[in-house]
Amino acid sequence: MTTEAMSTKATRTEAIGTAPGFWSIARRSLVKDLRLEWRSKDAINSMLFFALLVVVIFSFGFDPTAEESRKIAGGLLWVAILFATVVALGQTWTRELRNQVLDAYRLSPAPPQALFLAKAVGNFIFVSILEVLMVPLFVVFYNLRSVGPLWQLLVVGLLATWALVVNGTFFAALSIRTRSREIMLPLILFPISIPALLAMVDATTSILTGDNSPIFWIRLLAVYDLVFTAVSLILFEVVLSAE
Amino acid sequence: MNDPTPNLGSANSPVNWPGSSSANSAGDSPTAGEAGENTAVSLRDVVRHFGRFAALRGITADFAPGRLYVLLGENGAGKSTLLRVIAGLLAPSRGSVRVLGSPDIRSVATRFGYMGHAPLLYDEMSAIENLEYFAALYGITERARCEQAIRTVGLEPALQRRVGQYSQGMRQRISLARAIVHRPELLFLDEPFSNVDVRSARQMTQLLGHMRDQGRTIFVVTHQAAIVEPVADECIVLDQGRLVAREQGIPARLLNPYLAGEPAAKVAAPQIEAQPGEREAES
Repeated sequence: MTTEAMSTKATRTEAIGTAPGFWSIARRSLVKDLRLEWRSKDAINSMLFFALLVVVIFSFGFDPTAEESRKIAGGLLWVAILFATVVALGQTWTRELRNQVLDAYRLSPAPPQALFLAKAVGNFIFVSILEVLMVPLFVVFYNLRSVGPLWQLLVVGLLATWALVVNGTFFAALSIRTRSREIMLPLILFPISIPALLAMVDATTSILTGDNSPIFWIRLLAVYDLVFTAVSLILFEVVLSAE
Repeated sequence: MNDPTPNLGSANSPVNWPGSSSANSAGDSPTAGEAGENTAVSLRDVVRHFGRFAALRGITADFAPGRLYVLLGENGAGKSTLLRVIAGLLAPSRGSVRVLGSPDIRSVATRFGYMGHAPLLYDEMSAIENLEYFAALYGITERARCEQAIRTVGLEPALQRRVGQYSQGMRQRISLARAIVHRPELLFLDEPFSNVDVRSARQMTQLLGHMRDQGRTIFVVTHQAAIVEPVADECIVLDQGRLVAREQGIPARLLNPYLAGEPAAKVAAPQIEAQPGEREAES
């Protein structure tokens, strides 16, 4: 190959771009999602109002003692967060359908898994913000005091939130092209989330009451997270390329 | 020539490729039709169904590199569907598509650009933010390159307004900038002139002609054949999912079929026999 030919080839390679790196794309997609959410506040606002309504309505519906509160608070908290998460998950992909932006991603050489990971991490951040705002309200409304170690609650919170968003992000992507996607998402997501929901509620209740060790439920959540993260990453390319 | 500010500001000004210092610099031009790539796009008996409706009915054609093709036809003739099938957004129900010599469209994803009906842009972000994101998907991280792509389509990259606040014509231009920011050697444009004023459309045509002269292959779907006629090498006429005519340039009778009282596909005399598989598609 002559020097001139090599030079031309090099320039051409530069001109048409190169295969982008996975982490670079994931980071840029995450920053883009955070920026879009900061400007529109679609997901955060809808999640917050929904979760707030659930907490207030539950507090009017029940009048528990402190002991009863510790037993039911785990269930109430995670059900409220699950419902609020579903509201946010719908927004995640809806903005990708506006102006058919998802087609631009499908046409690019960027790895589909990078987009999925960015979406899941973005949703994790949004739901975590919701939890940070909601937990103090729960403590006040239900007069909660944990008997077990609080650091375990943090571990349960992280694992449980990831379990909700990784599944939710995947199934929200799966349902975006269906006509009644608002109904389809909970129909698919809730049954799949039952093992995780059981684990997060029992782990939280165990920590709040101090009756049982939450370790089994924490391990179950960790395994659930690993399995569903791997499956979602593997299958997302098929979901993205579906017409 | 070493003009660093290419733009479409004047209909008579030369238009440079984004990032190139010279309009005809050899290094910037793709060497279309390189080893093993005698055709830019090759279609074999391509059929596409939507349910029971056959949008494409057995299209077989080869398209040479370095030419500008204009796809004409009535609404529903299958132009956009054909473009989406070639670009890999739709899978053919039957038949095969090779793009730049490859049957796997993802393997050549860095080498083609697509501009669709919709702008494929985020309304909540500015033009430069959009382009930076989409350029990054192609491994391009230089902001200057995105700025130059925006200038190339005649807009100002410093504009901070969000794309959702742009006029339809400006969105079309930014959409074109998005499609060309990675300097593809193959470009698919679906209705690029819709909602664009005549002057801007002519400037976009000038840019397309210049890109074709650099060796790039361009497919343009349009109902405004007269706008793109000065730079068109060949027109492809579709009717009810069939390729019914291929002609050099754009014949006068197809330039403004509305004045002639007949839609483009009806005006064009069928020159190509029914394609294999057509009967099955119809049935």
